[in-house]
Amino acid sequence: MTNDAPYKRPLPDLERKLTQPYWEATKRHELVIQQCDACQHLWFPPSFCCPNCLGEAISWKPVSGRAKIWSWIDMWQMYFRGFADERPYLVAYVELEEGPRLMANLVDIDEERTGLTCDMPLEIVFDDVTPEVTLPRFRPIR
Amino acid sequence: MSRDTLKRDFRDKVAIVGVGTTDFGAMYRDLDPQRSNYQLGLTAFKAAIEDCGLTRDDIDGIFTSRVPDTVRMSEILGIRHPRFSSTLPGGGRYSGLGVQYAAMAVYSGMADTVALIYGNNGRSVGAKYGGDGEGGGPESNSADFDVPYGMTSPGAQYGLMYRRHQALYGTPAEALGHLAINNRNNAMKNPISVMKNPLSMEDYLNTRFIAEPLRLLDYCLINDGAVCIIVTSAERARDLKQPPIYISATQSTSDFTAQYLSDNFYYDSLSSMAPDLFGAAGIDRKDIDFAQIYDNFTPTVLFSLEGLGFCGKGESGSWVTPERISLTGELPLNTSGGHTSESYMQGWAMHVEAVRQLRGECGDRQVANAEFGLYSCTSPVSAAHILRR
Ligand SMILES: [Zn+2]
Repeated sequence: MTNDAPYKRPLPDLERKLTQPYWEATKRHELVIQQCDACQHLWFPPSFCCPNCLGEAISWKPVSGRAKIWSWIDMWQMYFRGFADERPYLVAYVELEEGPRLMANLVDIDEERTGLTCDMPLEIVFDDVTPEVTLPRFRPIR
Repeated sequence: MSRDTLKRDFRDKVAIVGVGTTDFGAMYRDLDPQRSNYQLGLTAFKAAIEDCGLTRDDIDGIFTSRVPDTVRMSEILGIRHPRFSSTLPGGGRYSGLGVQYAAMAVYSGMADTVALIYGNNGRSVGAKYGGDGEGGGPESNSADFDVPYGMTSPGAQYGLMYRRHQALYGTPAEALGHLAINNRNNAMKNPISVMKNPLSMEDYLNTRFIAEPLRLLDYCLINDGAVCIIVTSAERARDLKQPPIYISATQSTSDFTAQYLSDNFYYDSLSSMAPDLFGAAGIDRKDIDFAQIYDNFTPTVLFSLEGLGFCGKGESGSWVTPERISLTGELPLNTSGGHTSESYMQGWAMHVEAVRQLRGECGDRQVANAEFGLYSCTSPVSAAHILRR
């Protein structure tokens, strides 16, 4: 977002040890998720062990950033003051090519949501919203 | 003993004998920021013991929900030495679970007579269930990974599920409209409901979106109010003032993931529970005379009907016709007006409505000859009971 106004939307907690590697990677414009060293299972959000085998040896694996839409909503209600000026805003639940799912905003979508469908293919874009925080977002591959 | 034997043995051994509520419509029009959940709980408690003809001193088990502290509530009510007590979390899933805990306490002999007390001043204090100041705190994945995108609230999670359900099965927006209108029709016959003005499909479709595809009228109606339910053994219930309403079967199931939403619309968890539920009661779905299905958001009803097996997977959208779900239909739904038109009492008032229907106390909205009623709440923890007169 190239906007001179101060960023007023909620931001993640960068002090949280468990999730720091994720935000350090997005800042480098890279998406990483946790992978079990023992069984290679991948999951999101970050956790203390592999939910498949309970292994605690965990690596952060760079993933492709290719994904598809599981579903989306247009949020009309003002729940956050920081989003007051941009309603309705679009939130999608996105399934990464590697399997895990996460919430994100979609970009490059018109106001009529033309052509938007469940399972539509997406690619990641990195949005440097503040000098410290980069949020991954997704856009349709057309 | 096997689990099946235990479930059969439990059948009809515990009963709901007393119920009490506040007047939900009256309180909706009378906000009071100082309204106390304890005072609300007191009102419902007195109504419930009056209803069953017991006294305060008969109560030896107490659970509270939304009433923040069971100790304080007990102190206010002069219940000094309950044999079994606990504070339940405030989520709506704890109404069904609370009744289960009470039934287990009675069935196991840990308490003779349990009072479940719910008091909620949510409308007066501006409860929102999402947004600034909600869902945060340390170790919150939602605060770190959802909220920066403006994602918040259980309703938005249901919006995501409903859109997906529409895409997979062609579920029309009118399906939710039928549910909202059915609730309204029933609420118009309920003296204590909040919403009593008629609602048409055109009105429904013209209502503003909250988390599109969900509209305002798909959302529960946050209100102030209280409910108390008194549970005791079937044996004790026989000499009380009201005909006992027996718990024929009760079951719970779960779907625990990183999100509130379920990627199969809770179908896997509910469909694994349903045979246990109906099997334990010894009846079939066609024997159910009405269902009170937790409708925090109208799609919950669709997902519940599919998971519990009233219709096929993906078929709920065409199944919920106005005829079928009305008071004279094949499966009358949410006969008090449900959470979208009676009041959002987080499932507690739905239990009361089930009891009143089975007692035949419901006047204009009475389901004829109701013998078996279903209560269900679908969420990451689901619970359902079959009640009978
Ligand atoms: Zn593993």
